[in-house]
Amino acid sequence: MPSAGVLPEARPRYSGWMLFALAVAALVLVPVVVTVSSFADVEGDILAHLTEFVLPELVGNTLWLVIGVAIGVSVLGVSLAWLAAMCDFPGRRVFEWALLLPMALPAYVTAFVAIGLLDFTGPLQTWLREDWGLTSLPEIRSRGGVILVMSLALYPYVYLIAKNAFSTQGAIALEAAQSLGLSRTQGFFRVALPMARPWIAAGLMLALMETLGDFGTMAIFNYDTFTTAIYKAWYSLFSLAAAAQLASILILFVLVAVVFEQRSRTRMRYGAVGRSAASRRIRLSRALAGLALLYAGMVLGAAFIIPVIQLALWTRDVVANDLDARYWAFARHSVLLAGIGALMVVTVALLLVYAGRQRPGSAMVWTQRLATLGYAFPGTVLAVGLFIPVAWLDNWLIDIGHTGFGFEGSELLKGTLLVMLLAYLVRFLAVGFGPIDSGLHRITRNIDEAARSLGSGTPGLLTRVHLPLLRTSLLTGATLAFVDILKEMPITLMTRPFGWDTLAVRVFEMTSEGEWERAALPSLAIVMAGIIPVILLTWRGDHSHG
Amino acid sequence: MAELVLDAVAQSYAERQVIADLSFTLPEGTIGCLLGPSGCGKTTALRCICGFEPIRTGEIRIGGEIVNRPGWMLPAEKRRVGMVFQDYALFPHLNVADNVGFGLRGASRAARQTRIDELLDLVGLAGHAGQFPHQLSGGQQQRVALARALAPRPRLILMDEPFSSLDVELRERLSIEVRDILKREATTALIVTHDQHEAFALADWAGVMHDGRIQQWDTPYNLYHEPANRFVADFVGQGALVTGEVINDHQVEIELGVLDGHIPVECDASGCAECVRSCRVEVLLRPDDIIHDEDSLLLAEVENKAFRGAEFLYTLKLPSGQRALSLVPSHHNHAIGEKIGIRLAVDHVVAFRCE
Repeated sequence: MPSAGVLPEARPRYSGWMLFALAVAALVLVPVVVTVSSFADVEGDILAHLTEFVLPELVGNTLWLVIGVAIGVSVLGVSLAWLAAMCDFPGRRVFEWALLLPMALPAYVTAFVAIGLLDFTGPLQTWLREDWGLTSLPEIRSRGGVILVMSLALYPYVYLIAKNAFSTQGAIALEAAQSLGLSRTQGFFRVALPMARPWIAAGLMLALMETLGDFGTMAIFNYDTFTTAIYKAWYSLFSLAAAAQLASILILFVLVAVVFEQRSRTRMRYGAVGRSAASRRIRLSRALAGLALLYAGMVLGAAFIIPVIQLALWTRDVVANDLDARYWAFARHSVLLAGIGALMVVTVALLLVYAGRQRPGSAMVWTQRLATLGYAFPGTVLAVGLFIPVAWLDNWLIDIGHTGFGFEGSELLKGTLLVMLLAYLVRFLAVGFGPIDSGLHRITRNIDEAARSLGSGTPGLLTRVHLPLLRTSLLTGATLAFVDILKEMPITLMTRPFGWDTLAVRVFEMTSEGEWERAALPSLAIVMAGIIPVILLTWRGDHSHG
Repeated sequence: MAELVLDAVAQSYAERQVIADLSFTLPEGTIGCLLGPSGCGKTTALRCICGFEPIRTGEIRIGGEIVNRPGWMLPAEKRRVGMVFQDYALFPHLNVADNVGFGLRGASRAARQTRIDELLDLVGLAGHAGQFPHQLSGGQQQRVALARALAPRPRLILMDEPFSSLDVELRERLSIEVRDILKREATTALIVTHDQHEAFALADWAGVMHDGRIQQWDTPYNLYHEPANRFVADFVGQGALVTGEVINDHQVEIELGVLDGHIPVECDASGCAECVRSCRVEVLLRPDDIIHDEDSLLLAEVENKAFRGAEFLYTLKLPSGQRALSLVPSHHNHAIGEKIGIRLAVDHVVAFRCE
């Protein structure tokens, strides 16, 4: 009897792979459980203060913000997507990818540039006042201002996904509608738009998750939402419980968005139609084409070109002074943290993808989905929700250390990068998981079996087949995670150990003092890094078309 | 190369029996074919032999070594069984030479290169070593897949529907080529297909599978001319069943005349001439068993006809109303409804008891 065999009948019920996937999923659930359970330990005064003075304003502000941004990104995203995917106008080829560029600008950068430019003391108002005597420009530091800035920063989410929907199904749908006697406008509203609704909804929900989770912009505008309130409770009230309670309410808002997003994704799968429409674009009249160019140009100008130029001008003014050793320390910390974080994300994502390959089934699919849900959680929520359990663990370990080993310190894990890196992992796991998962899906099971029938065991399969084939996917996942962590503000701000200031932290500190010029230099570095994923995105888009 | 033996193998997925009591022997150096409609279990059988699926009962032996038995299987990577997949499953990141050389680990660089060159030469792709799979046509990819599987000199080659994604013309040419290649490498090979023309062109031995069982394991010639049961008769080739009456143990009478030959009808009391006599049977008539003969007094009406280029396949209505098929050279173009003269030319009498 040969000895080197497997016993297919005796496979264990639970496996290491499934346990690993469950552990990652549990990590996502920890912040939810922790923040919700904070209501068990109510501090009377603070809760009363919260419900009476803070909550009504927060809920009102959040609702207005969500409604405003939803309208803003939908109008901008859908109209631009229609123009780029279905119509022909001068410069359309450039706009098609250039309209994604605002993704490179974190909303907080757009925000402080907008304020710096449009504020009462800013260049535009000064010029209008002094040369024209105009004083009645609407105040930028307002609800409308926040909504405008967030819409300009986040419309690419809707634009990207709606453009794909229109270009895969728009032309056919429109031709069918026209053959049934509808005009082009009627066809758009009655056929193309309803067909693309799941796509638009999915993009919209992503934009709203970003809105709910945004901290930097709200801080710059001094517009109080849950994220800033959590931060204040954390630092000003020094009440972990209050911060956790606020976080749990914010999670409710986010979960609504998650449910809608997941539902739209399911519908997208059913609604998918092949075929590209590239050859059958709508020819716009001269006047309309001019208007389209003007409109797209204005959006791109306001959302990307003007902010970047302004950043460059400000940077030129301060670069001589600010480009010092401290700046390089910020940059080094940013790169180091983003590097470690990206490595963690890609490693865990690869293992999670592999787990799905090894133990397929609906239980695994659900576990994977749960494990990658962290992208929806605001950074402030993750900071609070992961700090608290780590602090518990720390105290417990220290107790043991005190009694058992005569340990003297008061911190073991709290002062380390642990909380921050865990929070990065939870928040950005999906960013790494997506490309690696689709990469592995392209490697058919037959390829695995071919390698095995040619004598490769599992290690050979991994090193000789999977890793070479997944190289691009791994690199894409790592790059996306790297840049996202580089841009990340609230987690870094709230959980960084002493001395770990990054570029984003520097931006926060300078903007909270209104020093826009000095925030420009670190921002420009972040923006430049942020352009890489946009290039990856367009490059991948091109490939999927070819 | 080695002999392959399946001995009473069974396999099931979640209550559903996929293979039941599968037994056959494929002699060393021969090419075998598992033929059957989709869902008959032939691909599962292949995957068991390759080491990707466990079996429930029975055992599988390659060259005398047991590789599968209930509760145990030798891992695929240790079997030295080559597999050619339906979609070829070439490694997209490796060029043709590296694909072919994938299984040649452990060999010296020079030996590896020699073997790669030898195989590319054998499959007629000597000039394509540096190309990548996506730069090749379907037929070329197929040949790379075969070369890759042959390279480590496996004990056995398995091919799963090897020509199904190619167009018909290429299919026939390639199946002859593949047989040639396999014979030159003197490999034992088992091929799974639903296409009997492929099976006929390739195989020394073929088994018709149905409901997870082998209905008949025989030479392709015998499968066609001496089918063991109605399923094999129906699945392999075309034909029609007409009723007849047994006269004695070497004669049967049908409405077109008396057929001479061995009557392989099992009788309850075999050897008893009295009992066999007047037994009602159904006789299989292949389209080549009925020959068009203008001088014949036997007439049948053309009910339908299908033009096949070199010949017509006529569906004929016999005087009793029963139907039969006849393959006639295509310069005999008769209209539907016309009565034509026919004559029997039956070499192998196949008769089944009436049900």
